[in-house]
Amino acid sequence: MPEAPPPKTVIPGPADLFAGYLKIGLFGFGGVAAWARRVIVEERRWLSERDYAEVLGLGQVLPGPNVGNAAVMIGRRFHGLSGALLATAGLYCAPLVILVFLCLFYDRYGQLPAVAPVMAGIAAGAAGMVIGTAFKMAGKLKLRPEAVAILLLAALGAAWLGLPLPVIVLVLGPVSIALSLWRAGLIGAAAR
Amino acid sequence: MILQILLTFSILSLVAIGGANAVLPEMHRQLVELRGWLDDATFSQLYALAQAAPGPNILVASVMGWRIGGAGGMAAATFGMLVPAAILAWFMAGLMHRLRGAAWLKPAQGGLVPVAIGLILAAGITMAEASHSHGVMPLVVAAVSTVFVWRTNYSPLWVLAGGGMLGAALLG
Repeated sequence: MPEAPPPKTVIPGPADLFAGYLKIGLFGFGGVAAWARRVIVEERRWLSERDYAEVLGLGQVLPGPNVGNAAVMIGRRFHGLSGALLATAGLYCAPLVILVFLCLFYDRYGQLPAVAPVMAGIAAGAAGMVIGTAFKMAGKLKLRPEAVAILLLAALGAAWLGLPLPVIVLVLGPVSIALSLWRAGLIGAAAR
Repeated sequence: MILQILLTFSILSLVAIGGANAVLPEMHRQLVELRGWLDDATFSQLYALAQAAPGPNILVASVMGWRIGGAGGMAAATFGMLVPAAILAWFMAGLMHRLRGAAWLKPAQGGLVPVAIGLILAAGITMAEASHSHGVMPLVVAAVSTVFVWRTNYSPLWVLAGGGMLGAALLG
């Protein structure tokens, strides 16, 4: 599948791996998916858009957080066990420290800090950031029509119908894989 | 107690296909209905508390662990929630490495890509809907932010900061 200008990727050192994931965890308000893609694909260019999307897709069908699973797999790819541990530690350590402080605050005052309106504004910005990231990935990967249909069905099922994610993954995953194999000429009366 | 927390969250970790938002109903069933460690209101408040921090949403488990068993509970819940899934991801990465070069692997993996992007889109839409409870302004912020992140390469920090300031000015 054609992919606009073949981006040069760089192999991160162990410290870079930790620092990159530290940033992803620290900046990831409202979830980390958008920041993970930005840091890994745009800023540090560890992986191409397609490679990253494939790792993320795999992380999505495994149990656990998709970005966390991707951190293990990306860390392992570059530096084995220490890479997986460094990426994972980087991703979770800053948010955990912040959470400890929030919990202490909550224990003492029994309520959230009075920053609710600010948080609502940030959350709205984060919502747009996540939607924009999905559009950006879809655009750059130049998805085939059937892939766009799968994408929209997954979004429809999760956002509007409220279907459980395992159901969506177990139904659409095999269909989408079959379509992709058919496109590659590996199954069916393919070879078009 | 700590051991029970560890065990409960380890099980949750392995059924969490789709991540934090997918496992939330099961987490509620386990912690509130089955074990009675938390009541309904506390569960909701702790979820909101976790949302206020940056980082992966799965860390909602850490906050629940804190409330149930203090610092030890937090450590047990975090460890239980993260480690089993991470070990699985580790072995999956190894399997992929061994299968590399198989003609069907790349297209098969590519088949998961639209599902993953579709679920990201859904997460964004759900977040935008949730922010709508504060009126129309958040929807405008979300729309501007969508276009900004989609069409430019500037840091998304700008829209987060802008959204926060607008929120302080208009909603406060």
